[in-house]
Amino acid sequence: MSLSFDRIKEKLNILADAAKYDVSCSSSGSVRKNNTNGLGDSSGMGICHSYTEDGRCVSLLKILLTNHCIFDCAYCVTRKSNDVQRAAFKIQEVVDLTINFYRRNYIEGLFLSSGIFKSPDYTMERLVAVAKKLRLEENFNGYIHLKSIPGASDELMREAGLYADRLSVNIEVPTISELKLLAPDKKHEDFTKPMLKVKNEIIQYKSEKKIIKSTPKYAPAGQSTQMIVGATGESDKDIMYSATYYYKTYHMKRVYYSGYVPVADDSRLPAIGTQVPMLRENRLYQTDWLLRFYGFGVQELLNNDHPNLDMDVDPKLGWALRNMQYFPIDINKADKSVLARIPGLGMKSVHKIISARRFRKLNWEHLKKIGVALNRAKYFIVCDSSKWEHRDMEGAKIKGLILQNSTGKFRKEYSNQLQLF
Amino acid sequence: MNSTKTLIYDGSFNGFLTAIFVAFEEKAVVSDIQKHSVCQNGLFSETETIFTQMDKAKRVWNGIHKKSHSAIKDIYFAFLSEHKGIEILLYRFIRKMFASDTSIASDYSDGLVLKISQLARSVGREKHRMEAFVRFQLTKDEIYFANIEPDFNVLPLISKHFRSRYADQQWLIYDIKRKYGIFYDLNRVEIVSLDLDDIHTNSINKSAHFTDEEYNYQDLWNNYFKSTNIKSRINLKLHKQHVPKRYWKYLSEKKAV
Ligand code: SF4
Repeated sequence: MSLSFDRIKEKLNILADAAKYDVSCSSSGSVRKNNTNGLGDSSGMGICHSYTEDGRCVSLLKILLTNHCIFDCAYCVTRKSNDVQRAAFKIQEVVDLTINFYRRNYIEGLFLSSGIFKSPDYTMERLVAVAKKLRLEENFNGYIHLKSIPGASDELMREAGLYADRLSVNIEVPTISELKLLAPDKKHEDFTKPMLKVKNEIIQYKSEKKIIKSTPKYAPAGQSTQMIVGATGESDKDIMYSATYYYKTYHMKRVYYSGYVPVADDSRLPAIGTQVPMLRENRLYQTDWLLRFYGFGVQELLNNDHPNLDMDVDPKLGWALRNMQYFPIDINKADKSVLARIPGLGMKSVHKIISARRFRKLNWEHLKKIGVALNRAKYFIVCDSSKWEHRDMEGAKIKGLILQNSTGKFRKEYSNQLQLF
Repeated sequence: MNSTKTLIYDGSFNGFLTAIFVAFEEKAVVSDIQKHSVCQNGLFSETETIFTQMDKAKRVWNGIHKKSHSAIKDIYFAFLSEHKGIEILLYRFIRKMFASDTSIASDYSDGLVLKISQLARSVGREKHRMEAFVRFQLTKDEIYFANIEPDFNVLPLISKHFRSRYADQQWLIYDIKRKYGIFYDLNRVEIVSLDLDDIHTNSINKSAHFTDEEYNYQDLWNNYFKSTNIKSRINLKLHKQHVPKRYWKYLSEKKAV
């Protein structure tokens, strides 16, 4: 008994360690109700059961099935040429770990990825087998995220979606030319083919479900992908235009941005010991958020004149400072979409303002109570008060004033857990 | 003639709603509403003991519900905060609600409304934290057991979540501070009180109540947690923001080894 535990522990150490560079931690967006009195229930909102010491959410058991790999992608710890310890789980071992962690309320579910051993299909088949076993034998309704192995067949991708909540292929390298350089074994199509298949299956299953109620769910939490940031000299514009393309073309639920953690001495890549670009990563997440929820177009935030995001101010503030002609905005009159563009105002505050202004005209005191970050917002708005902070100041002057009053807080705490605006 | 009164109730939510009913019915000037266990008579006010009556409680509940869906949740959550003087705040809030034609629950520029919504939000946050941080340990008689010590009285709020998630295992969550627990026996959830010989949170010492396998899984989880770290990204300040230190005692991954 304890002998096999020791062996499992060893495998877990190796295979969790190799999986941690995938930053996706989401366990939300799925609806899998426990109608059968089985185990688990995923009803929309994912829970973070713990946080790593770098502040990332721990909600899934995130492991590789194996870190044996026949490929040699330069940016990856698991690459063939890397001198690391290798291990492989048995299918049943992953099932047991998942169930036992889940029953103790450690996790929301499983995130299973893998190095490619033998062939993409051989690998994908095993990932699917784990998910199938969990669903059919263990009656498990928790969250399952499977990695789509680049190059896996359509048939396997179809089956994967029947058991998984989410599927993802990480494109990792945002530009095709860099991909050729860093992952010579892989073709761009190897990534996009499974994405396309999943997208089409989702559309098809959804439309069938409208007609036949009993149609099973197919990947109800959709698909996602990840890009490495800072490995190849790409610009923020390259990254966000690519992200926008993947959102549109493959209906991605999420694109993740992962600051490159150097794992190789390779002249094509930043040297070991180079700092992880965490602030940049955070700025990209903020931009992603602005595109998805705040009504911004990508060209407004990044373009040929402005190919990289400001590091000293958040992207919304940066945009506002370059576009002072739209301000000041009247808090008591402006539409939701206009309010959303004011620096210092999150969507929650926008909704609160719209609710509260039905009762009375809002002044600075009200806004403060509602929780608006006035130190930034005050330069861009007018409210029910004669005091107005703008006084025809230039963008550069305003930026100076804001930075003066927010040193420390602003620059030191960056995370990809979206400490936004 | 109106007199000022202090209403004394049994501490339950239905008792509180009954008190609200009485306050409205008697048109008394209510100076305070107090739990039986903490009652302190005001020198110059009369007291009246309220006996919980479900039909009266229900009428108040329905009345509020009709006025506003979101308000009823805020009121219940804020009540569970056990904030000192919460009863009289809620009483004023409810009076204000009934006096106004429009829904006041979203008027965040009003101080009282804001206070209630803030309290409700803190309780909501604690509820989520407990749903996340409960760590079950498997006892030898096959019950998944967890101790908690929440800031607010959230057991009534988390019961449904655990019931639907762990429908095929027996579990028991015990609030050490308030000395009661909820136990699911594969059929329904019951309120229980226990004579605990020991507090079983995140202890390094093994207890005879739990299986060996239990400690093996804790060990695996502990290991897993450590290997999720990326050293070059470490940010302990952020880490503590997400998992405030007072919760570490629950978490087996935080066990000092
Ligand atoms: S195929 Fe995947 S696991 Fe293998 S080296 Fe490339 S990125 Fe790493």
